[in-house]
Amino acid sequence: MRVTQGTFSYLPELTDDQIRAQVQYCIDKGYAVNLEFTDDPHPRNTYWEMWGLPMFDTRDAAAVMTELAECRRTYGDRYIRISAFDSTHGWESLRLSFIVNRPADEPGLKLVRQETGGRNIRYTTVPYATEKPEGQRYGVV
Amino acid sequence: MDTITPVDTATAPMSGKDRYRAGTMEYKKMGYWVPDYVPSDTDIIALFRVTPQDGVDPVEASAAVAGESSTATWTVVWTDRLTACDKYRAKCYRVDPVPNAPGQYFAYIAYDLDLFEPGSIANLTASIIGNVFGFKPLKALRLEDMRLPVAYVKTFKGPPTGIVVERERLDKFGRPLLGATVKPKLGLSGRNYGRVVYEALKGGLDFTKDDENINSQPFMHWRDRFLYCMEAVNRAQAYSGEVKGTYLNVTAGTMEDMYERAEFAKELGSTIIMIDLVIGYTAIQSMSNWARKNDMILHLHRAGHSTYTRQKSHGVSFRVIAKWMRLAGVDHIHAGTVVGKLEGDPATTKGYYDICREEFNPTQLENGVFFDQHWASLNKMMPVASGGIHAGQMHQLLHLLGEDVVLQFGGGTIGHPGGIAAGATANRVALEAMVLARNEGRDYVNEGPEILDAAARHCQPLRQALDTWKDVTFNYASTDTPDFVPTATAAE
Repeated sequence: MRVTQGTFSYLPELTDDQIRAQVQYCIDKGYAVNLEFTDDPHPRNTYWEMWGLPMFDTRDAAAVMTELAECRRTYGDRYIRISAFDSTHGWESLRLSFIVNRPADEPGLKLVRQETGGRNIRYTTVPYATEKPEGQRYGVV
Repeated sequence: MDTITPVDTATAPMSGKDRYRAGTMEYKKMGYWVPDYVPSDTDIIALFRVTPQDGVDPVEASAAVAGESSTATWTVVWTDRLTACDKYRAKCYRVDPVPNAPGQYFAYIAYDLDLFEPGSIANLTASIIGNVFGFKPLKALRLEDMRLPVAYVKTFKGPPTGIVVERERLDKFGRPLLGATVKPKLGLSGRNYGRVVYEALKGGLDFTKDDENINSQPFMHWRDRFLYCMEAVNRAQAYSGEVKGTYLNVTAGTMEDMYERAEFAKELGSTIIMIDLVIGYTAIQSMSNWARKNDMILHLHRAGHSTYTRQKSHGVSFRVIAKWMRLAGVDHIHAGTVVGKLEGDPATTKGYYDICREEFNPTQLENGVFFDQHWASLNKMMPVASGGIHAGQMHQLLHLLGEDVVLQFGGGTIGHPGGIAAGATANRVALEAMVLARNEGRDYVNEGPEILDAAARHCQPLRQALDTWKDVTFNYASTDTPDFVPTATAAE
């Protein structure tokens, strides 16, 4: 299974050069780039853990790549994504978000159906990994 | 550009006893032609394309449009004198010949804000397009554009979700969204219908969509469709880990039925519902209120619009419909593809997209935008491009339509030789490859075919899509094109 959240998840894993080019694109557009990681790939898990603050004053993608290498060393067994924040009035949200690191094995998500009134079904999506406590879900790289 | 100059004292408005003597009088003498009028910041301004009958003076025809869309009737009435009628009379203040269109004139007409009920598209349109389009002295009439003052814009709530919040809810940023309309649009049972939804979403689309005429027919009851579609959506979400959606069309014969369907969609956990333009402006505003109250994205299918938007001589331009819909409050609106099978000149379509997505629209005659328009922080509408588009056009679509758009590949997904999921994957891979290349600074418009070929090397379904549809284009002349070439500027 492959979690396909984020732009570029349908492409082969991006190389560091490709990631750097995307980061530089964001920086040149005036966006603040941030790294976030998680071991809970639920589609509505909005708040991944932040690896520091968005890098508001960084002009060179190299600094982000250094942080990414550092983040991978610590959390290489988890999902890591790059998020780019645009503070322009009328937007003030993300402009780009893509996964740059994923667990070696992705067991996927379970769909639980609870039969209720009539033919209605209440659906619950559960990542198999989250059945273990945080930090122990994908083993250690 | 020539402006018809108003130094004709014979047409100056009359006053007092002369003005209100019983009988008929030229509209331009009744105060509907005020060439030295300077519109105030709070006036609503309408630009009409007027085609007078042979022998009818264009200024008189334009003054008549002002009159018939505001206070006038065919004869003088003394009861005007009980009112502040100078204020309530719409004022035509400028008439220009249309470039390269003999017999047609652009008439600028200003309306006082007090003529309109706050927050009601029905009221606005009852005035502006209510009576006047059947007026006999005119051969034809078209509402080309409107300037909506901020004071009026602020009486509307606008799109319930907007582009930014829609993206936040879907957790999808930096690329166009992908959708497909389920086909065939009539005849599938609920179970078969859900199969199409599941395959398309699983393959990589973000959305699937009911078609405009899928409501509740003998072959598929609406509840059946909703239940099977939500099974498909939830299965695809679990399969991919992504948020998915399907536009459940709640269009029905009565508001009560629509509310019932919308409530059921919410109960089942749908992120989005859909309505058709044919339900009417008041119904659209009601469904917008409902969507706002229930955290629902509201998709509008512009069913029926071409009956009055397509011909340049008569009707209402789609740019005006788009403005009304941004006020009325829908989140998605079909706005053309340029390259697909349906009407859409590139410059005119650009004008529509700007109206949907920008906070401020500057006057751009070359795109058919005649007025500066401030949107006063009303949410943005996500334009939807649907009809005869395929993966091989991805570079053109990204270039022409930008990033904040839903690209809907119906046939281009479901008609894929490898199946629906393969069709969806082809579109998603083509899209992501193109965005990647654009962000890398490549000349993706010219290198588009090579970028797609390279992406197809790791994606067999994309290879098949490119081979199947490589020669499909729809190159026909547009009927609705701008009247001004890019270098033209407005004459004053």
